[in-house]
Amino acid sequence: MYVAVKGGEKAIENAHRLLEESISDPEIKPVEEDQIKLQFPYAIDRIMAEGSLYDKDIASKAFKKAQGDIVEAVFLVRAFRNTIKKLGYTRPLDTEKIDIKRRISAVYKDIPGGQILGKTFDYTHRLIDFEDSEISDKKTDYFEQNDEIQKTFPRVTEFLKNESLLFTDPYKNNNPKDITNQSLEFPVSRDMRLQAAARGDEGFLLSLAYSYQRGFGADSHPFAAEIRTGDVDIKIIPDELGFEITIGKIEVTEVVMVDSFKGTNEKPPQFASGYGLSFGKNERKAMSMAIIDRAMRFDEFCEENKYPSQNHEFVISHCDNVEASGFVSHLKLPHYVDFQSELLSLKRLRQKHENKFFHQDTNEVKSNV
Amino acid sequence: MYNFAYLDENSKKMIRQSILKAVAIPGFQVPFAGREMPLPYGWGTGGIQLTSSIIGPDDVLKVIDQGSDDTTNAVSIRKFFKKTADIKVTTCTKEATIIQTRHRIPEQKLNENQIVVYQVPIPEPMQFIEPSKEKTEKYHALEEYGSMYVKIYEDIALNSEITTAFDYPVFVNKRYLMSPSPIPRYDNPKMHMAEFLQLFGAGREKRIYAVPPYTQVKSLDFNDYPFFVESFDKKCEICGSSLGFLDEIITDDSGTRMYVCSDSDFCRKNLEINNGTNN
Repeated sequence: MYVAVKGGEKAIENAHRLLEESISDPEIKPVEEDQIKLQFPYAIDRIMAEGSLYDKDIASKAFKKAQGDIVEAVFLVRAFRNTIKKLGYTRPLDTEKIDIKRRISAVYKDIPGGQILGKTFDYTHRLIDFEDSEISDKKTDYFEQNDEIQKTFPRVTEFLKNESLLFTDPYKNNNPKDITNQSLEFPVSRDMRLQAAARGDEGFLLSLAYSYQRGFGADSHPFAAEIRTGDVDIKIIPDELGFEITIGKIEVTEVVMVDSFKGTNEKPPQFASGYGLSFGKNERKAMSMAIIDRAMRFDEFCEENKYPSQNHEFVISHCDNVEASGFVSHLKLPHYVDFQSELLSLKRLRQKHENKFFHQDTNEVKSNV
Repeated sequence: MYNFAYLDENSKKMIRQSILKAVAIPGFQVPFAGREMPLPYGWGTGGIQLTSSIIGPDDVLKVIDQGSDDTTNAVSIRKFFKKTADIKVTTCTKEATIIQTRHRIPEQKLNENQIVVYQVPIPEPMQFIEPSKEKTEKYHALEEYGSMYVKIYEDIALNSEITTAFDYPVFVNKRYLMSPSPIPRYDNPKMHMAEFLQLFGAGREKRIYAVPPYTQVKSLDFNDYPFFVESFDKKCEICGSSLGFLDEIITDDSGTRMYVCSDSDFCRKNLEINNGTNN
């Protein structure tokens, strides 16, 4: 009799079965995880970054299970991440020592170590291919044959720093907190803001960065001082050894954006900077993050905090897409009881409204006559 | 593959420490390092983390959503614990040692051996007046709740009553203003001097708070506009009881309505008693 509630369990089971059956067709081969890893690297990198776990196998499994829904895949990775024992913290990444794959600066025409274009969608004409491209076993080298391959690339901002033209944070934080091991409490320090942004939703950060550029932010122009992508060493100091050892490499994209700061009585005019770092190849994310990091440093540059992109609570509390999509989608859950309470409340208010205004209406009618 | 009740023991320990602090300061929101669970935020992750941390192999778990054991999310959470902890589950309110709930408090009186775990979407009762946590935390510290009184004053001035229908804020132990979670105001009185421990978990917002047994819980109001609960002038059309919160159900295209108990176990028990007397 009470059909709305009973039978839910069976319906859920069927819904999940439909989900699997809808993508299976005996005529079409299922996609393999190796293919996903090789051919959808940008999806994998985004899932690893926002999922907060550098593991291409897990990311490709999640991508497959989520049927291409990136936010769903990120969620799968995050849930999995919590089941892994955390053994310790790595040493800070040294991104100057890097197996470079791409490095560009938009502020200097030439930089020591050189501009390295690497692979990019930039400058491609966005035309859909109507014919399959041939599989090629040729490999274009990142470098010319006779190039000497450098292993260390100083950051472009070092040159500004040496001329005292870059604001350097006097506060050196050797004990960064860990946002996955404690809840955020505001005001929130820069180390935690950067952690939150690094796993934050790319679309959210992109739109906020865009708003900052478009006038809902500081009136100075951000410049891409440097964007670099490459593999960097991961190092740890195991307790039993007491010295640093390298345990592997990860690919990262690092961005430093600068803009001019006109100075105050205490601080001379110089450049201000913002920092972005993302797993894998993700310049859109890393650039947006750098712009937002700069925006949130308003207090260091005596700027007024008046735009969404500057507001720590606004940015940090809303940038996580696992939290955001969960809370928006929970509105699909039953709300019968709350709705019933609102219904009763509205009916009561309507009754009062009617009593009040019915009386007034009759008075008005009388006066018109 | 996974630890008992999913969470690893270190995470459980961290959550238990937060629970102890919450019980020691009734109504105070304790920040904790919330974990992502395999169920989405907003779907009860706070409650699931609490249950996961307090449940033992001998516990009997009941999960309700909208008062009912059969609603989709309640089924899903119950299955989650059945799978990860292999504990005994029940729909019978009396049998349960832990009751995880969303949006209701059971109609039947609970006892000292039972714990109610509430799923909380927004733990901060002042969030819609002041969205900044940095500020609301200060208001709590200073016991500065003037803005809430202004809000209900405005409500009375406009509507001649306090219109908040659910998630009606309460004072706990005469000190902290607390969100009772989105239960209907109808359920608020059940929290006052309750015999059972009440734990509240907000997973996304990473806050835990508690009302220990036998603690004063007073709904926010004015002396001349006292708190009141909804009354139904109808009876449940299944069990005939007029003692519980009733859901309104539209049964056909012309909008015919029927009223039934929101608490499915309460309704079933009433029916059994009625049938018993008929025999």
